[in-house]
Amino acid sequence: MTDVRCRVLASDIGHQTPDNNMKIAVIKYNSGNVQSVLYALERLGAHADLTDDPEVIRAADKVVFPGQGEASTAMKYLKARKLDQLISEIKQPFLGVCLGLQLLCEHSEENDTECLGIFPVKVKRFIPENSQEFKVPHVGWNELENLVDNPLLKDLPANPFVYYVHSFYAELSELTIAQTHYIHDFSAILHRNNFYAIQAHPEKSGLVGEKLLSNFLSI
Amino acid sequence: MLTKRIIPCLDIKEGRTVKGVNFVELRDAGDPVELAKIYSDEGADELVFLDITATVDKRKTLADLVSKVAKAINIPFTVGGGISTVEDVKVLLNAGADKISINSSAVKNPQIINEMAAEFGSQCIVVAIDTRNVDGIDFVHTHGGRQATLLKTQEWAQEVCDRGAGEILLTSMDHDGTKAGFSNELLAEISSALSIPVIASGGAGTMAHFKDVFTFGKADAALAASIFHFKEIGIPELKTYLSDSEISIRI
Repeated sequence: MTDVRCRVLASDIGHQTPDNNMKIAVIKYNSGNVQSVLYALERLGAHADLTDDPEVIRAADKVVFPGQGEASTAMKYLKARKLDQLISEIKQPFLGVCLGLQLLCEHSEENDTECLGIFPVKVKRFIPENSQEFKVPHVGWNELENLVDNPLLKDLPANPFVYYVHSFYAELSELTIAQTHYIHDFSAILHRNNFYAIQAHPEKSGLVGEKLLSNFLSI
Repeated sequence: MLTKRIIPCLDIKEGRTVKGVNFVELRDAGDPVELAKIYSDEGADELVFLDITATVDKRKTLADLVSKVAKAINIPFTVGGGISTVEDVKVLLNAGADKISINSSAVKNPQIINEMAAEFGSQCIVVAIDTRNVDGIDFVHTHGGRQATLLKTQEWAQEVCDRGAGEILLTSMDHDGTKAGFSNELLAEISSALSIPVIASGGAGTMAHFKDVFTFGKADAALAASIFHFKEIGIPELKTYLSDSEISIRI
């Protein structure tokens, strides 16, 4: 019998401690629990500011765009504070998480919402073919597959597990750098220029999630 | 492939972990933060903290504990026990909890499920249902399973789903503490009828019981306490067993 603990811990998922002077801005908006993103960055030895101040966001070395909640409410909030425009002008490494990924796409079926359009990708609702087998939301640990060679995915084990909680997904596209299968394949991670986005919650995905975040901080 | 979840439950009283047989006799099983970290390192998929403290300072003590746990662990966790208002939920989510679970307060005021789901999203609202079979009919019970209600379990499960619960945590009081296996028949009936995930609780005694609850019981996740706390079953060996038994499991 294989020792599971060895397989989990021996996957050699190390991470580098980030530069202490690195400025990380976590965009503050009306989304759900962002505290765990801040704690996850702290566990990596990084300090992040939760802020909606455009100057602080512009001056940061890295920007994280977390999120839980509903797309149209979030977009209204961002537009009212002109954060939509600010985000599209950001040149530093930028990481969207969960709803953050969906808002970076072109359009979401969630209340027919026009999103930021960084990724020319559509966000759709999961429709189970068989409600006994597939429940919505997609909750729990699922695999990242078809990982491409990308700095965000550096040194990850094959088909690593990440934690998901979502009812909407981004379609596969040329910008997909990892996919997950639930009902069908969808974009697990997207990348375009300085913009990266993860549908799962890296802050809650154990050592794999820590590695994704530490890779992002090293970009 | 989406995997079945293994969830250790930590019963908390005044900041310490306890677990009673049939919720009556309490035994101290350690420091919650330390235990949480061990479980997370061993491969637990999620954790549940159930606070059974009855003092006035409860809310603040619980928020402090949630914040300590959130700082220390990197897997999702749910907090339950005496949560009855939107404000209670806000405090715990802000302290770093991923989900909250409500039980008696939802029975007393079902509308609170709609309010909490609208405010924070269904994904973080777990409704716990304690059920007991009385003369062949499954009824919802409250107050740690001591108080019967007139709600039929299957109907209440459907109602909480319709009101916006994100998951159901179903505890069979007939099975809890017996170590004779989960309530698979009832679980399968409810899990098949609902569009949201069902977490099974009550009755885990052997590794085969977990296999059964994922196959016959159609559960999406299985929760247990004392068998993990007293190391009767280790999470790594359990996950290996389930994986070898062709259950989809995160390893």
